[in-house]
Amino acid sequence: MTEAPDRYWRAAEPKAAYDVVIVGAGGHGLATAYYLAKNHGITDVCVVEKGWLGGGNMARNTTVIRSNYLWDESAAIYEHSLKLWEGLEEALEFDMQFSQRGVLHLVHDLGSRRSSMRLVNANLLNGIDAEWLDAQQVKEFCPIMNVSPDVRYPVIGGTLQRRGGIARHDKVAWAFATRASELGVDIVEHAEVTGFARGPEGAVTGVETSRGTIRANKVALVAAGHSSVLASMAGLRLPIQSRPLQALVSALYQPVLNCVVMSNAVHVYVSQADKGELVMGAGIDAYNSYAQRGSFHVIEHQMAAAVELFPMFAHARMLRSWGGIVDVSPDASPIIGPTGIPGLFINCGWGTGGFKATPASGWALAETIAMGEASALARPYALERFSTGALIDEHGAAGVAH
Amino acid sequence: MLRIPCPWCGPREEIEFRYGGQAHLAYPDNPGSLSDAEWADFLFMRDNPKGVWAERWMHNAGCRRWFNVVRSTVDHRISASYPMGAARPPEGDA
Repeated sequence: MTEAPDRYWRAAEPKAAYDVVIVGAGGHGLATAYYLAKNHGITDVCVVEKGWLGGGNMARNTTVIRSNYLWDESAAIYEHSLKLWEGLEEALEFDMQFSQRGVLHLVHDLGSRRSSMRLVNANLLNGIDAEWLDAQQVKEFCPIMNVSPDVRYPVIGGTLQRRGGIARHDKVAWAFATRASELGVDIVEHAEVTGFARGPEGAVTGVETSRGTIRANKVALVAAGHSSVLASMAGLRLPIQSRPLQALVSALYQPVLNCVVMSNAVHVYVSQADKGELVMGAGIDAYNSYAQRGSFHVIEHQMAAAVELFPMFAHARMLRSWGGIVDVSPDASPIIGPTGIPGLFINCGWGTGGFKATPASGWALAETIAMGEASALARPYALERFSTGALIDEHGAAGVAH
Repeated sequence: MLRIPCPWCGPREEIEFRYGGQAHLAYPDNPGSLSDAEWADFLFMRDNPKGVWAERWMHNAGCRRWFNVVRSTVDHRISASYPMGAARPPEGDA
């Protein structure tokens, strides 16, 4: 076992001013800071975080990585992300336990079979690996699954992205933080943003925080579930609703599950971490909340589905459950880019599936901040799409029904 | 599991209800003259406060009627429930 260093990144005191301030030291915020420094040479950057680094949704997600989304705009950003993941441990010189063990989406009804086959074809046209498996092939790929026709929602097939997989979420945050810090980025934890400094024509010229004012002519909000709260401080209204999303882990077991399995129809997704826990995610709670907890019946529903698909899970013991607050957008696609307020950028709306996008999200926002306007990767995700009508409807591929 | 007071049926478990998001959103009086940005505002932009707000619920497995609830998004406490069309009760008047 290799020894961990005393510190991964520098503890920084905030300076009075920076070129760029990023609000939120989660995966996306840290990746943004890293790519600003690495790709654009912008190193006078401060990442402020109200809690501790990687302690929000970065610590609470189920770590699924895949790129099999339907539309071209989504294929562009999620596949860019998967390609970055494939070289990320090498690029950052950091072990993140990235494992391409395959992501299997189960299909239980004829309507989903048609839409899933369409999704496979759309993926292939975009150069993304995708396969349709019938029930027998599903069983061969994931032997512990119950594909009997005598269950409430029989498995009739599934789609498989072999390049999909998981990574250790904490290490991803630590890796981006460490390398960004080495390049000169200041990471300031326990500094909660309470307002914005404004200049002529309402331009944002910095952030007011619980550790003082920090000036910057470019401020980016990367705060997931709290995006609306921050945006409202700047007088900006978003098409975002904050909802609880729950997950849980079992006690540690010998390896039994060799891939990631998702079922949108019965609302469960599961993988087994290297340490041995079964990591399971549930459906989203119906109501708005910032409480970082959800209703237990959602977990009950999820467990019923898990036990039917994997009868041996009935013997497993649950270790703990938790909730995160996800920022759900109307079309299940993110919002990335300028906000219409000079100096203020936003990256939010990743909803239930932001972890997989961590590298590309940071990449696209860094480009956008550096250029001062939306980059090609970010442009389809502009806030304006809700006025133009150019929505990117990914409810079918987003993984969790909202 | 929330316990939601339906104005007609009394308190029932959350699984009997369907959520409807922000309450008191009125359909535009002059839909023909709205700009794209104004339509976006009506269709997509929503309040999303960390605190008390008014939201719609429907008693799906009961009387199947829509009604409004005042609830905190921080601790989930419900302070008022009232029929559709009624004004939001003043704070502290639950």
